[in-house]
Amino acid sequence: MKPKKEFDYFDRPETIKKLWILLYIVCVLTVIPDFFTDRHAYFGFDGYFGFFALLGFISCAVLILFSKLVALVLKTKEDYYDR
Amino acid sequence: MIGDFPPAALLILGALLVPFFKGNARNWYVIILPALAFYLISQLQPGSSWQIHFFGFDLTFLRVDKLSKVFGYIFTLNAFAAFIYSFYLKDSTQHMAALFYIGSALGVVFAGDMVSLYFFWEVMAVASTFLILARKTEKAQGSAMRYILVHIFGGLCLLAGLVIYITQTGSIAFDAMTDRNLGTYLILIGILVNAAAPPMHAWLPDSYPEATVTGGVILSAYTTKTAVYTLIRGFPGWEILIVVGCCMTIYGIIYALLENDMRRILAYSIINQVGFMVTGVGIGTMMSLNGAAAHAFCHIIYKALLWMSAGSVLYMTGKSKCTDLGGLYKTMPWTLIFGTIGALAISSVPATSGFTSKSLIIDGAIHEHLFWVWLILEIASAGVFLHAGIKFPYFVFFAKDKGLRPGETNKSMLIAMGFLAFLCIFLGLYPKPLYDILPYEVHYQAYTVNHVVAQLQLLSLSALVFFLFLKLLKRTETISIDTDWFYRKGGRLFYYLMDKSLNGVNRFANRVFAEGLAGFAGRMSRRGPEIFTLGILIPLWSVSGLTGEKLRGRIETTRAALQTGTAPVGIGAALATVFLVIIFLLT
Repeated sequence: MKPKKEFDYFDRPETIKKLWILLYIVCVLTVIPDFFTDRHAYFGFDGYFGFFALLGFISCAVLILFSKLVALVLKTKEDYYDR
Repeated sequence: MIGDFPPAALLILGALLVPFFKGNARNWYVIILPALAFYLISQLQPGSSWQIHFFGFDLTFLRVDKLSKVFGYIFTLNAFAAFIYSFYLKDSTQHMAALFYIGSALGVVFAGDMVSLYFFWEVMAVASTFLILARKTEKAQGSAMRYILVHIFGGLCLLAGLVIYITQTGSIAFDAMTDRNLGTYLILIGILVNAAAPPMHAWLPDSYPEATVTGGVILSAYTTKTAVYTLIRGFPGWEILIVVGCCMTIYGIIYALLENDMRRILAYSIINQVGFMVTGVGIGTMMSLNGAAAHAFCHIIYKALLWMSAGSVLYMTGKSKCTDLGGLYKTMPWTLIFGTIGALAISSVPATSGFTSKSLIIDGAIHEHLFWVWLILEIASAGVFLHAGIKFPYFVFFAKDKGLRPGETNKSMLIAMGFLAFLCIFLGLYPKPLYDILPYEVHYQAYTVNHVVAQLQLLSLSALVFFLFLKLLKRTETISIDTDWFYRKGGRLFYYLMDKSLNGVNRFANRVFAEGLAGFAGRMSRRGPEIFTLGILIPLWSVSGLTGEKLRGRIETTRAALQTGTAPVGIGAALATVFLVIIFLLT
């Protein structure tokens, strides 16, 4: 009897490629409604086209880069406190 | 009448009976207790009861209003799920500690005065320590020790503040504080220690990940959320809390991004989430206070769910580091699905509970025109998706297959996770039952087109950044130094400094006084008479013509006689006289 093949859908390179395309499509789709709706701006520029997309992108990029920066000082070996 | 019974007493007295149950009966018993407490809370009528006169104070053990009830509901609901999750557990110590802990958390929430609040506050700290100790590893013991010490410090601040406050006002009633003085600030610091506000937060990521599988689930809910309750009750509208809360949201994200251990990631994300609530309390409007309470409610559910899924992985694989995990989607699909629902809820994806609760806080900031607060909360919302929403499921269940094939976790764990996952989605789609039990009346609609679109934009672009920057986020086998450095390494440094300085002084003193001066005094008292006598006699003898061998012989016999105390009476008497004269002169 042949052993049941393991479910490895998410390991396949073609799946990963599909997921990348899906992610890009989703990103674009979320911005499209900004063409049709007139968002009420509370602080002025938060009503601009794609503001929250831009905010999401920039803030995450900055958070990651900043964390890498502080990592230079704060990261240490796991046995640091045992030494 | 049963309707008036304090729910805290039910759990605490119930805990005492745990050892009388055996096997599955015990597990059923601990599941039924919080369910009973939940029913009890639903029957409570607003007002105060169980007033007891104690050492000149009128203590109120049961103060019921909407605020205490909403926390009571979620505390017991979460306990119910957590005990279903721990159905496999055969350790009555952990069950008892958990019941004491949850019971005293309820005690805090329903306490009408500051004395009984303080009492339950301390019981909570002690009981929770046992959930960490129960892991029975050396690391757990160390962090449990640090945990209790930090909480003793926090408790002392609280106590000092309470003493000052009570002497100043003459009242022990616990209501919103308006005076800003040393007393109230000390109380605030004591509470913020429990809320895990930096720099007094390091106990949380230090200890929770060292707790047992079920201990982590239970701990994640109560200590920080009783602190949030106490802040809502005592410190609404204290602007300093806005600053503290905003710092917490960002702080938690940065550290969670650096972290390798999945339960430490979740621990730091508690700090981030509590930051949202603390900010809500600081804003202090009805809307944002509702938001803080609602967010605490939803947060307890999805955070317990996340800890449960991480706990299942730890339980099945014995591993908790991202560098050791990966590819678990193949064998733990249900844990993945439930964990992901928790991850989506914490990221406040529309249709989950995080969306309907966090929006209240963010809109609370908008209504008060707090631009910077709003911006930081939005940035932090994006960051939550990075560190908890994607990072946790991705590195544990996907990423690189590490060859682990643990199989699905046990049924009771899955049932508990399924229950909480259901609540996450239910409250996301239909938040009305939650809005109805909030402290103030809610007129709020989270689902507007603009709001949903904005949130989706924010989150999908966060996801994009995560995968674009994946190389930078690669896990390494490292830890990050946090403020616990000051008492972990700093403690050692202090010890070293004290050792070198104080013991150095000791050694110096030993050399100079014990060995040097005392030795000198000893020598002097032994040889003083001899030196003195010979100093007089040798010149006399020389003058009288004694030289060479004879003189040396005379010196030797005199010295021996003086040292043994057998000197001729004349010499002894002469010496004694001389010494008396010296002593007389000296005094």
